[in-house]
Amino acid sequence: MEVPILRQGQYLIASIQSALTDADLSHLREALIAQVGRSRCRGVIVDVTALDVMDSFAVRTLRDIAHMARLRGAETVIVGIQPDVAFAMVQLGLTLKGVATVLDLEEGLAFLDSRTKATLDTKPKRGRG
Amino acid sequence: MADTKRSMSVSTRASEAPALTESSAGLLRELVAHLRQNRTQLREEWARRITRAELLTAMTEEEIFAEATAVYDNYVEALETGTFEALQAYSRRLSERIIPRGVETDEVVGIVLLLRDVLARSLFNKYQDNVEKLNRILDSYEPAANRIANTVAVGFVEERERIIRQQQEAIRELSTPVLQVRERLLILPIIGVIDPQRARQLTEQLLRAIRANRAKVVVIDVTGVAAMDSGVANHLVQTVEASRLLGATVIVTGLSPEIAQTLVTIGVDLSEMATVGDLQGGIEEAERLLADRAAPTATPVREIAPESQR
Repeated sequence: MEVPILRQGQYLIASIQSALTDADLSHLREALIAQVGRSRCRGVIVDVTALDVMDSFAVRTLRDIAHMARLRGAETVIVGIQPDVAFAMVQLGLTLKGVATVLDLEEGLAFLDSRTKATLDTKPKRGRG
Repeated sequence: MADTKRSMSVSTRASEAPALTESSAGLLRELVAHLRQNRTQLREEWARRITRAELLTAMTEEEIFAEATAVYDNYVEALETGTFEALQAYSRRLSERIIPRGVETDEVVGIVLLLRDVLARSLFNKYQDNVEKLNRILDSYEPAANRIANTVAVGFVEERERIIRQQQEAIRELSTPVLQVRERLLILPIIGVIDPQRARQLTEQLLRAIRANRAKVVVIDVTGVAAMDSGVANHLVQTVEASRLLGATVIVTGLSPEIAQTLVTIGVDLSEMATVGDLQGGIEEAERLLADRAAPTATPVREIAPESQR
């Protein structure tokens, strides 16, 4: 099943709607990484609200997406992990270390806004702290 | 406990035995008559032996005597009728009375076994000249006596377990409040002992609350936790990580000196966890985090506010 990738301003939003096979996940990764460069994006949001199971391959793919997108110049944030899924993940040791996660799409957009802004003008931020 | 088990197995065998023959029913009647006749003397002997064995120390001698009388009468009645409902009900009521006073299981089992000994001894004395009859009397007395001991002990243990269940439930209900201090800031004060089941419940409640309140920062205060082992500490780490997956930062406050020493000594890795000394400091840190996060995306008015304060 194809995951639609939407463009919203400087960001790409991939909203996963149903359980994905490993092949679907790999495909999503390739498509996202290709599009990041093509559309000169600053951020990627992967919405997993609809997923009620997250296996090790899915977690690894999400982590790979984050690292690969960073190499291509975009921040990645995973949004919408369900409480039960989160607890199951940490029990299995799948903690998505080094990958930003926030509550939902709205928070994800706010997070990317703050990140891109911070990298664009770091000076006032440093002055404030 | 071993006594209970033994008498339980004996009583099972007794109940499987064929129905009492006419003559053994007669023997039982004779036995009951004997116990009725010597009620005063046997009851006193029993109470004396309870005191001597230093059982039921939580109760006064008068109380022991009063309960002994009631148990004795119920005992004889159960022997006579072969039905145990009255005795069961009595032992439940007795347990309700004496458990709050700190009477232990071994004491209850002990006194019932003492009564059994006292009565058996009196039977020996009465029939010592007629060993054959003594044997038959004991044949009909022992299964019933064992079943009585079993009934009383089980009644006591069941009552205890009921109280424990009740208390566990009460503790569970009042144990896990997740409080919202201000928008996007939750506090989870943990008080008392954390067992694996409670830890799990705490985590589930916290994660659900994070989602429901759209929390950004959570302060977990463990001032009220006396001890923490590696299992609980690791669970705490897992909770912190799961909260991060939901986009919330967790600050742990109030780790006591003892817990801090234990955790480092047993080598739990808490380096990923943000910790602050006390709850006040934790909330201040949380407010700072919230201000930092809000600033870049907030409206200009809110963005300027923290700056002008500094």
